[in-house]
Amino acid sequence: MQELLSEYLPILIFIAVSLLIAFSMMFISFVVSPKNPDAEKLSPYECGFEALNDARGKFDVRFYLVAILFIIFDLEVAFLFPWAVSLKSIGLFGFWSMMIFLLFLTIGFIYEWKKGALEWE
Amino acid sequence: MFIFSVIFYFFAFIIVASSIMVISSRDPIHSVLYLILSFVTSAILFVTLGAEFLAMILIVVYVGAVAVLFLFVVMMLDINFVKIKEGFLSYLPIALLISACLVTELIIIFISKNKLLPEIVNYSDLPDFSSKSNTKDIGNVLYTDYFYLFQISGLILLVAMIGSIVLTLRTRPGVKKQNIAEQVFVSTKSRIIKKKVPLRKGIK
Repeated sequence: MQELLSEYLPILIFIAVSLLIAFSMMFISFVVSPKNPDAEKLSPYECGFEALNDARGKFDVRFYLVAILFIIFDLEVAFLFPWAVSLKSIGLFGFWSMMIFLLFLTIGFIYEWKKGALEWE
Repeated sequence: MFIFSVIFYFFAFIIVASSIMVISSRDPIHSVLYLILSFVTSAILFVTLGAEFLAMILIVVYVGAVAVLFLFVVMMLDINFVKIKEGFLSYLPIALLISACLVTELIIIFISKNKLLPEIVNYSDLPDFSSKSNTKDIGNVLYTDYFYLFQISGLILLVAMIGSIVLTLRTRPGVKKQNIAEQVFVSTKSRIIKKKVPLRKGIK
């Protein structure tokens, strides 16, 4: 257990150093920079005129479709990793069980390709 | 071992704080970003437990995909979040009841493990991670011993794929699409026609 965690110690140090650098940059620029705010400087700016509407416009639903199709194939790859690691010990049965699993997802993949879900327009 | 408990309590504190920020921050985008922070810190806690595979999957799937999907949903729905927050006090009793149930269950397990019934939860079943590889352990049982569950998960993924396509795919009418095979197989004869033009008559 201790050996495993000591392998991750460089990553922890890396995270700590990167956090330190990021926060120190924000903090120093917050402290050092000159600040003379007035009403005009603080008002939202959009090419000279008043802001027309909220910055958060609605997204097209097709982004959602792309994201959910990505998640499904992401999970498929996540299942492939342990299978590839222990392929020697699970034998032929494990191999074909993954092939059946891949067959289901390939059926879905052919369906979405033929439906045109992968095309943008 | 002192340093491990320091690391554990540090990241556990970050998880609790960011989870509180998820439900209390006013901007839904900020909520999703705090959710990502709590996912990453729980991945670090998985690593400290020795579950490397789960930690990496948590980062790849949850941070890489699910959180992005949450962002899309938040951006897509265009909900008036100030209006939703108005009913907060009326939901509070039910929320307190549910959280009281959860806390009671946790306390019961904690007491029974330590004092009353040490044998009620068999902690010796926990594998020793120091000698084994976590990913290999999962791979050894998932595809053979849990064959049906694995195939059912594949079918669930298939249903999710088809369902999301059926629900959200709309083909707009009047959009011209490029058919590359058709373009490649076009011959010059079907596109260019030579004609003799008689003088002062033109072509009809």
